[in-house]
Amino acid sequence: MVLDLVPLWTILLGLAVFYYVVFDGFDLGVGMLYGLVRGDAARATVMNSIAPVWDGNETWLIFGGLGLLTAFPLAFAIIIPAVYFPILMMLLALVFRGVAFEFRFKHPALRRLWDCAFCGGSLVATFAQGVVLGTFIQGFKVDGRQFAGTSFDWLAPFPLVIGLALIFGYALLGACWLILKTEGQLQDWARRAAGISLIAVLAAIAGVSIWTPLVHPDIAQRWFRWPNIAFLSPVPIVTALIALAEWEALRRRHELTPFLGAIALFLMSFVGIAISLWPMIVPYRYTLWQAASSASTQAFLLIGTLFLLPVILMYTAWSYWVFRGKARGIAGYH
Amino acid sequence: MTLDPVLLSRLQWAWVIAWHILLPAFTVGLASYIAVLEGLYFLTGRESWFRISGFWTRIFAVSFGMGVVSGIIMPFQFGTNWSRFTDATADVISPLLSYEGLMAFFLEASFLGVLLFGRRLVPTWAHFFAAVMVAFGTLLSSFWILATNSWMQTPQGYKIVDGRFEPVDWTAIIFNPSFPYRLLHNVTAFYITTAFVVMGVGAWLLRRERAADDARTMMRMALDLLILLVPLQMFLGDQHGLNTLEYQPAKLAAIEGRYETAQPAPLTLFGIPDDAGGTMRAAIEIPRLGSLVLTHSWDGAIKGLKEWPADQRPPVGPPFFAFRVMVGIACIMLLIVVAGQVLRLRGRLWGSVWFLRLCQLAAPLGFIAVIAGWITTEVGRQPWTVYGVLRTADSVSPSLTGANVAWSLAFYVVVYLIMFPTGIAFMAGLVRRGPQQPELESPVDQIESGRPHEPFETAARATLQV
Repeated sequence: MVLDLVPLWTILLGLAVFYYVVFDGFDLGVGMLYGLVRGDAARATVMNSIAPVWDGNETWLIFGGLGLLTAFPLAFAIIIPAVYFPILMMLLALVFRGVAFEFRFKHPALRRLWDCAFCGGSLVATFAQGVVLGTFIQGFKVDGRQFAGTSFDWLAPFPLVIGLALIFGYALLGACWLILKTEGQLQDWARRAAGISLIAVLAAIAGVSIWTPLVHPDIAQRWFRWPNIAFLSPVPIVTALIALAEWEALRRRHELTPFLGAIALFLMSFVGIAISLWPMIVPYRYTLWQAASSASTQAFLLIGTLFLLPVILMYTAWSYWVFRGKARGIAGYH
Repeated sequence: MTLDPVLLSRLQWAWVIAWHILLPAFTVGLASYIAVLEGLYFLTGRESWFRISGFWTRIFAVSFGMGVVSGIIMPFQFGTNWSRFTDATADVISPLLSYEGLMAFFLEASFLGVLLFGRRLVPTWAHFFAAVMVAFGTLLSSFWILATNSWMQTPQGYKIVDGRFEPVDWTAIIFNPSFPYRLLHNVTAFYITTAFVVMGVGAWLLRRERAADDARTMMRMALDLLILLVPLQMFLGDQHGLNTLEYQPAKLAAIEGRYETAQPAPLTLFGIPDDAGGTMRAAIEIPRLGSLVLTHSWDGAIKGLKEWPADQRPPVGPPFFAFRVMVGIACIMLLIVVAGQVLRLRGRLWGSVWFLRLCQLAAPLGFIAVIAGWITTEVGRQPWTVYGVLRTADSVSPSLTGANVAWSLAFYVVVYLIMFPTGIAFMAGLVRRGPQQPELESPVDQIESGRPHEPFETAARATLQV
């Protein structure tokens, strides 16, 4: 009898993806907002607020990608070719963004150019990730063990709308991070940006929650059939309460609560998607168990992961702790 | 002409990995060099070691950052372009790939920060320890990625269930027949590549009379390492070749440019391969030498490509020429290193402008040899992705059209042609500034990897207080 590791890997991968979405989400959001901030001092502060942590956040993408490849290779082999161009856009945008971040410090003459690359890279990477998510929920054309659609199946209304929605979602996370990390005028600006993003995000959540069950009868069944509706109705109710609390927190000029509220909104959306699609990893076609690699493969990687992951998490937590407090502009920099 | 998604996917893979491999070719050796310098500083307390280490650490930071950025691209290639390969082989090779990523991540998260920013903030022993751990991490990453690559060349320890590879014995999978040879040959190549860069930079500094003492130290250290490693590498290369003869004879026939089986076999020095006609045109051959080199006897037989069906032969051109480039560079390297040691024994090393110039010119040789060796082994593996079992043509994602891949390849080409020259220009700028006295280091020097130095000082102080 072999131990079933699929639930454990599902949890690990779910946590890795959620971690990535929240943490790289806020620094991609800050990257996008950076393009809207005026004034060198304010811009430097914005940049410094993510300087120590952004590359660590980004490496979680490798983690998520490799985790999916190792634990659920069939899903990797079907999903990734289906989003060939969004993945290409995302990777190149992240490369540009990373290089721009490094070089803008060392090349003051070309700083404006690198600034554009940083902001544009953040925007394109975010949009591409939203399109990947949208395509995932939309489902894939599958023949046997392979993706059977075309490389442009993602070019449909639903994925593109999710792409736009994620821009506001990450902008909300980024603006709330700036509220936490800045003071004065810049903080007021971030608060307004967070308010606008929040309205757009709530519209998107509501829209998707109506759209998805209309398109996918199975998902409608799952949510609205008795007794599921009784168990699951807290999900939208809690989401609505969090949205209200988030609005209040912004209005009352709280500093930490908006960021936590934004994470909670992402968590509820994540839970909502998980409920809709469970137990599918290639939506509407293959379950987690059908797409899983052999028990031996999962066990082999698990040994190292359980050893290394806590160390990585502790180090990450420690570095956030060290950089706690308000970010400063150029004065605190050199 | 129609666009072939298989060929274009191969070109795309070659493009992204050829650039990526240049960075580990440099950083693996450099991490170990920095660890040695930090160790010497820890033991002797001489400022010179500290200066040289700091100089190379700044360069290491840039190349490591570029390695991470170009590395993020790599795992996704398996899904975007090679989904059938992924579906077939993931149960066996994906944990090895993941371990490579985990180790690189682990090392970056834990010790790179201390190495880059903790110079004056942690005790010398702790800084030395961080340097050793970074070097160890780069070697572990090499271990896992080369285990993966070697398994594709000489697969074992698996069974095939419903057309997919299932793991049976992990030890056999990791320690497959070509792995020990490939690991040693590659790591030695990385060390040699780095040593030639260090020697070239030392020569450049010396000719401009910048930090002359440090430059002489760099050159001495590089020459001492190279006089051991270059001959060793020739021996390892020979052993690796014998291993290829045993497990991948078709690849070896392509390397030798041998279409017809011969006993005794000559060594083909040069020629124009003609795959369609199955002959080597304008071949320059030395009788019996092929048998001597490969079978270590005067009349050993070497199989020619015609022993295999046409659809199981690799193309001859790329492995044949790339192998000759690699071996040619090895010979040039040996000459340079021997000349350097002779000049040094006669006490004329530092005054020989021609030799210093030569060292400068030789600085990129290792990179060219690494790329040539990689072309030899990877093109020689064709037409298989998993040697003898899974064809390259059956590995590509079925949904891709030629035009899809042509577009993505064009994007990768454009972005890499912006990113890599910019990065190399930055590293050249760091070289131009030369090693500096610690007190002359401006705070700006400490802003690497986008991290402002002041928070890092805070971080390091926090560590000290714990």
